[in-house]
Amino acid sequence: MAARDGVAGMLFAVANDFEWTGDLLSVVLPKNSLRAWLRIDCWIKEAQMSRIESTEPRAAGLAVTMPCELSVNGGTWELEIDSRTTLLDALREHLLLTGSKKGCDHGQCGACTVLVAGRRVNACLMLALMAQGDDVVTIEGLPALAMGGESSQALATESVPLHPMQQAFLSHDGFQCGYCTPGQICSAVGMLAEARAGMPSGVSDDLEAMDAPLTGDEIRERMSGNLCRCSAYPNIVDAIKQAAQAQP
Amino acid sequence: MKAFTYERVDSPQAAAQAVAATPGSRFVAGGTNLLDLMKLQIETPQHLIDVNRVGLDRIEDTDDGGLRIGALVRNSDLAADLRVRQRYPVLSRALLAGASGQLRNRATTGGNLLQRTRCYYFYDPAQPCNKRQPGSGCSALGGYNRIHAVLGASEQCIATHPSDMAVAMRVLDAQVETVSSQGSDRVIPIANFHRLPGDSPERDTHIEADEFITSVTLPPPPPGRQLYRKVRDRASYAFALVSVAAIVDAEGGEIRHARFAFGGLAHKPWRVEKAESDLVGETASKAAFDGAGDAVLIGAQGYGHNDFKISLTQRVLSGVLTEASAH
Repeated sequence: MAARDGVAGMLFAVANDFEWTGDLLSVVLPKNSLRAWLRIDCWIKEAQMSRIESTEPRAAGLAVTMPCELSVNGGTWELEIDSRTTLLDALREHLLLTGSKKGCDHGQCGACTVLVAGRRVNACLMLALMAQGDDVVTIEGLPALAMGGESSQALATESVPLHPMQQAFLSHDGFQCGYCTPGQICSAVGMLAEARAGMPSGVSDDLEAMDAPLTGDEIRERMSGNLCRCSAYPNIVDAIKQAAQAQP
Repeated sequence: MKAFTYERVDSPQAAAQAVAATPGSRFVAGGTNLLDLMKLQIETPQHLIDVNRVGLDRIEDTDDGGLRIGALVRNSDLAADLRVRQRYPVLSRALLAGASGQLRNRATTGGNLLQRTRCYYFYDPAQPCNKRQPGSGCSALGGYNRIHAVLGASEQCIATHPSDMAVAMRVLDAQVETVSSQGSDRVIPIANFHRLPGDSPERDTHIEADEFITSVTLPPPPPGRQLYRKVRDRASYAFALVSVAAIVDAEGGEIRHARFAFGGLAHKPWRVEKAESDLVGETASKAAFDGAGDAVLIGAQGYGHNDFKISLTQRVLSGVLTEASAH
């Protein structure tokens, strides 16, 4: 076994089988083998965990471990996790999807933003257990999402184009250090869907308009849950404007 | 975070029964405030009851022309509902003035009402706080109290309620519907839902431990123009220093009907109906609006850093009433 246990160990053990494109946008594109290995790993973990009492009331202070089935980026994973595990920690520490970032861990910065059931949320303020039954899409899953959700085929290909929002951030240099960027991009994707569904914002002049134009003011207001300490805001707004004008 | 067990329930009745069955249990819906507080060990439930699958996620017309909002309706969905935008714009505006897009996508109608104060000292477990630890003292009284209450406070607590949504619901005379573990229903007028701190600031509301909020109903909208104005330290994604939800029906400069409720001033949404009735029949003018502000602020007391809220409230109310009566 590799130096790390569980999913992490398996990933490291078979790292040579993967094509990693570890660029700024944290896009990791595994070949088919990833899912196969993760499945095997989950079976092993399942067998191990069958000995652990998971749902009985706990003794004072002791951790409670529970089964948790997560649907992430088109795949399904069966985990055994501490009930306290946030969706963010499950993604990063258990599934090694480290694109989603932990900034404040209190819902104030937006670096952890992912899509749950198609809507942008702070993954740090949601328990992994609460995400069961909903499809989760992280920055790593956006390219497949852009291809119409045919994720398994998309992930099997050698070169998957970036999601238009990712490409727009690259084109407009919508970042400096890049730490907030995966959250900014996931948030922007969710925000565009909200705007296209006719949802108003706090700066919408006409509350009843279903097709309010996404002006700079609208974008800034709708994206106020994502902070950028490098203050790359002007380029972020430009990137989102461009992506908004492109075809959905 | 302290360890906890977790279960999902699939009906409001099951939720109320589950919370009664397990001591130390709490409901979790959006979780945007509860998980935040659990990470700081300010909330330490032993058992979480996930109510996200109980239904109650619809907004329905009522027979009398109002709306019934399920407790699990997300803040973003409530703000975007066309009936709310057309008939209760003050509620849409208040919701959209609160939190961020991500938080509104998770936060629920019931949970928003139950969110806790953002008093700095409540949020700092190293500091005395009567709300967090009854009997330990109030650090805000002699501390930095810029965001704190100027009305309805007590020697025990000067915290404010942080919700924007609740302020709009207060001005709309919403009613909160609950079910208990015994299966009995209750309707609580929003005016009696939140409480003042008094000698027991650890209690934010009059709801019982085994009660589960099922819905919030809005009566038919009153006539008049609806406005929500929020003053805060940055233009978006910040809690109110002072906010006003107002509904004004004016014709030819004469006020026929007026309502206004305030956020950021007290432990609950603040409304003084005498100030409203005194305006009826008056001509819209700065003098009349200043008089209304005086009536709202009877008994107001600053604690040093928040003294500015008193005059700010006057100016914000005057501005909103001027705008609302000009149409």
